[in-house]
Amino acid sequence: MTTHTPSSGATSAPDGGATAPGTTTPVLALQNLSWSVGGAVIVDDITMSVEEGGFVALIGPNGAGKTSLFNLISGLTKPTAGTIRLAGRDIGRHAPHRRARLGMGRTFQTSSVFGDLTVGANVGLAVQARTGESRRFWRLATPAGGADAARVLDLVRLSHRVDYLAGDLSHGDKRKLELALLLARGPRLILLDEPMAGVSAGEIGELTNVIQDVHREQGCTVLMVEHHMEVLLDMADRLAVMHHGALLTYADPETAMADPDVQAAYLGDGA
Amino acid sequence: MSTVVLLIVTGLGLGALYFLIASGLSLIFGLMDVLNFAHGAFLAIGAYGTWWAAENLPGAGPAGVGFLLAMVFGVAAGTLAAVLVELCVIRPLYGRHREQILATVGLSLAVPALIQAIWGADPHTFPKPELVSGTLPLLGVNVPKDRYLLILAAIVVFVALWLFNSRTRYGLIVRAGVQDRAMVTALGIDVRKSFTLVFAIGGAAAALAGSLGGLYFGVVTPTQGMSLLIFAFIVVVIGGTTSLTGCAIASVTVGLIQQFANYYTVAGLGDIAVVAVLAAVLLTRQGGLTGKKSAERVA
Repeated sequence: MTTHTPSSGATSAPDGGATAPGTTTPVLALQNLSWSVGGAVIVDDITMSVEEGGFVALIGPNGAGKTSLFNLISGLTKPTAGTIRLAGRDIGRHAPHRRARLGMGRTFQTSSVFGDLTVGANVGLAVQARTGESRRFWRLATPAGGADAARVLDLVRLSHRVDYLAGDLSHGDKRKLELALLLARGPRLILLDEPMAGVSAGEIGELTNVIQDVHREQGCTVLMVEHHMEVLLDMADRLAVMHHGALLTYADPETAMADPDVQAAYLGDGA
Repeated sequence: MSTVVLLIVTGLGLGALYFLIASGLSLIFGLMDVLNFAHGAFLAIGAYGTWWAAENLPGAGPAGVGFLLAMVFGVAAGTLAAVLVELCVIRPLYGRHREQILATVGLSLAVPALIQAIWGADPHTFPKPELVSGTLPLLGVNVPKDRYLLILAAIVVFVALWLFNSRTRYGLIVRAGVQDRAMVTALGIDVRKSFTLVFAIGGAAAALAGSLGGLYFGVVTPTQGMSLLIFAFIVVVIGGTTSLTGCAIASVTVGLIQQFANYYTVAGLGDIAVVAVLAAVLLTRQGGLTGKKSAERVA
């Protein structure tokens, strides 16, 4: 199987078919990234880069290694080989919270809001995590996080739920709240792990709009794992297709979907 | 009537002791998923620290301000021990729960053994300042003064923990971390700092329990912490790990049941009654009295 790698990912040679203007350093660059556990290769020699302002959908059959790749990028697991660069900076050895401080936000497959806190307190915590990084944690907590919190809640269209307990929100609203938590940090890159999973059909449209706003108006670069093809084909400007841990194709949606390797992966290897 | 009052106050005093131990245990387990069997060691260090300081520390003594200073020394020693255990034993083993249990069980055996090697296995008489000696009448019943002190201390710790939890930034982080540690990290917060802090708080409360337990029992022994720890674990299971109030209610429940069962039935049946309550709670409410989160936490 050949690995299609349009971008080299190295800082010295940032080009290679990227649609972003200019030849700036990619926001995210993975170089020969691998992760294996006890001899089993879970993530297999992935090289790819995501340009500033890009929207990349990461797809692949179940067990392809998408979430494992996210865990490597966000630092929950350490790669067995390869490098990860965030805006040119090697972050492969950084703890997850340091990657977050450098501008990487991520969500998880299960929604991860703080259910016993109000929506306002959730965002307040995220705002304080950014503003209170110095030694000021002992200060009394401001309940709602002030103007910054109001701004991000407005952005994800949750202002009217500020006093609700986060645990009482609908699944779609929880997903929006997660985005608000990430936005409170002002990230450059956000990793969304199946944001539509479990969200009711009626809420998918609105959540899609919110994610698109975050991408376009906030200028966040997005890397998203998603199974709803119609949703991601609307949003993504590139598709990265994973199969058996390796990157099968990385191209614009039409090219990627027409790739015979991709069709074989989805329809079965015997095809 | 007078017996009932005495039993209630004594039960509350014992419950106060349980609360001081269990609040730290539950905070540690809730945030870090660490079953800290070494918690009894912090208690023993607090008790022996206070006892030692009352005899040896310049300025400290068995009465008045001197005893207060001895208690501060004991609590400080317990807190320091807790911080060291977190940094040197727990931190290298994050996420490796089996190894953490083995390491803390090891500490829970080693610390009493060390204390025994230095000061012997025999009980030492704990100093009893005049202020907490004797009795103070309540509803016509003469109640030993140390019971009031225990209850007062537990209330102060409860209020302090509640204020910390609800009003400070770190408290907010700890509460959020109990619910979802990964997301707290994703927000750029170094959750390890709050682990150390929570250990320090739990160690301080346990050491205070050791100090006050010395007053309550009148003696210190190397294994005192271990026997109290068993009931503190039962309190944590009954009270759930997500709520300070649940922990307080469970502490009082266990203390009262123990006192009443021991008095009105055969001595020793109190402990069995507590285990029966534990079984009942486990069979009917798996998240503890106030818990509803345990299923989600496992998921």
